[in-house]
Amino acid sequence: MGQWIEVCATGDIDEEDVMRFDHGGQTFAIYRSPDDRFYATDGLCTHEKVHLADGLVMDNIIECPKHNGRFDYRNGAAKGAPACVNLKTYPVKVEAGKVLIDTGA
Amino acid sequence: MTEASMVIVGGGKAGARAAVAFRENAWKGRVTLISDEALAPYDRPPLSKAAIMDEAEPQPVYLLDEGMMASLEVNFLRGSAATGIDRDAKTVSLADGTKIPYDRLLIATGAEPRRLSQTGAERALLLRDLADSAEIRRKFIDGKSVAIIGGGFIGLELAASAAKRGCRVTVIEAQPRVLMRGVPPEIATRIAARHAEAGVAILTSASIAQIGLDKILLSDGREIPADIVIAGIGAAPRIKLAEQAGLALDNGIACNTYLQTSDPHIFAVGDCCSFPHPVFGNERLRLEAWRNASDQAIVAVENMLGGQKPYEAVPWFWTDQYELNLQIAGLPQRGVSIVERVPKENALILCHLDGDGRLVGASGIGPGNSIARDIRLLEMLIGKKAAPGPALLADPAFQLKSLLKP
Repeated sequence: MGQWIEVCATGDIDEEDVMRFDHGGQTFAIYRSPDDRFYATDGLCTHEKVHLADGLVMDNIIECPKHNGRFDYRNGAAKGAPACVNLKTYPVKVEAGKVLIDTGA
Repeated sequence: MTEASMVIVGGGKAGARAAVAFRENAWKGRVTLISDEALAPYDRPPLSKAAIMDEAEPQPVYLLDEGMMASLEVNFLRGSAATGIDRDAKTVSLADGTKIPYDRLLIATGAEPRRLSQTGAERALLLRDLADSAEIRRKFIDGKSVAIIGGGFIGLELAASAAKRGCRVTVIEAQPRVLMRGVPPEIATRIAARHAEAGVAILTSASIAQIGLDKILLSDGREIPADIVIAGIGAAPRIKLAEQAGLALDNGIACNTYLQTSDPHIFAVGDCCSFPHPVFGNERLRLEAWRNASDQAIVAVENMLGGQKPYEAVPWFWTDQYELNLQIAGLPQRGVSIVERVPKENALILCHLDGDGRLVGASGIGPGNSIARDIRLLEMLIGKKAAPGPALLADPAFQLKSLLKP
């Protein structure tokens, strides 16, 4: 286990939306689901390294803005070509109105 | 009795996606992919961009490599030109005389670049495959003069790539502006201005009299320096096989809404076929587009396996030039009025509405991925035949996504 890193306030991300978070030379995508839970994945699409935070969140799916590769952001599962490699996910917790992630670093 | 067999002719994006789709649909019989290229199917969008600009020697970006084909049990016939279809015997013949039996056949032969007809046309390089791209890359040497004939997507992408490599670039366009086909003038103006900033000269309403050894002579007498000449004047569907087999043609291989040709055992997808589009009053379209190629492959395969799924994906195109990304969804030319939406600074989206206020197209330009999310949402609204109010479309704070919710 690494350290919990503070990302933002819960209100900084709309429901069913995504935000980019850069930390320690890495880029992450932080999601807030329609049922108001928070998730975190690697920030770049596994297909062509595009920032997923520019993409569209629909229900539990993040769609890459470049080639529409789709992933379930809750578990990182790639949902078909051109996205074939799963996204890495990270533990998230909410404490005192703040979103924190464990980058494993 | 032979095993049931699905045969795909054409090893581009559409053919490769179809091969995978058969297995995704749990098809257990044979899948044969016939490609006249020596390489396994690779992605073409980088050929005019990264493959030319990147410092490192370009490597093919495989859509379906040997390992994937082996695990999917796809019988890949490389370097094999399909030369004929016997519709009665249901076989495809190859150049070496082999006959491949099919139960269903998918034609995904793509398109090929049109050639110039002027004197000296043989000097003009064309871009379609990886070898073409590699040759262009070798010739784009710092300080060389490059003349690109045609201000469409390919021509402008190559112009940006040539400028990046330090060439002196002139784009020669016969029409009064670049991107005449399908891109609204407000968007085309922005891309043209960006080219000018990069030092690319764009000549419009210019016609070519002759291509010389190191220059191009225009009809009005002007001479354009041209160590390298490239023609990007559009592509023609590769229909020879279909034509010889007597399939119905109409701006490419004529398909119905199920992507089935006039022979019920033969389907066609991608750049080589035309089809009626249900979202746009069944207007017959032929699209030369990356996403269309794979979306059509997915639908055609389902129908080849007995499905009845109409193809109704909204047309979508993109191009990247410099830091700019340009996207078109739907058919902007069917619109009669435009609502501007500015999602971010330096980004512009045009929403194209028809006479009934229905959203029929969206076009946009902006740095990086600044327009991607809104264009994607507008594309979905176009597919739903939505008629959102102009005031909502124009308000960048308004979440387009809310219009998609029940």
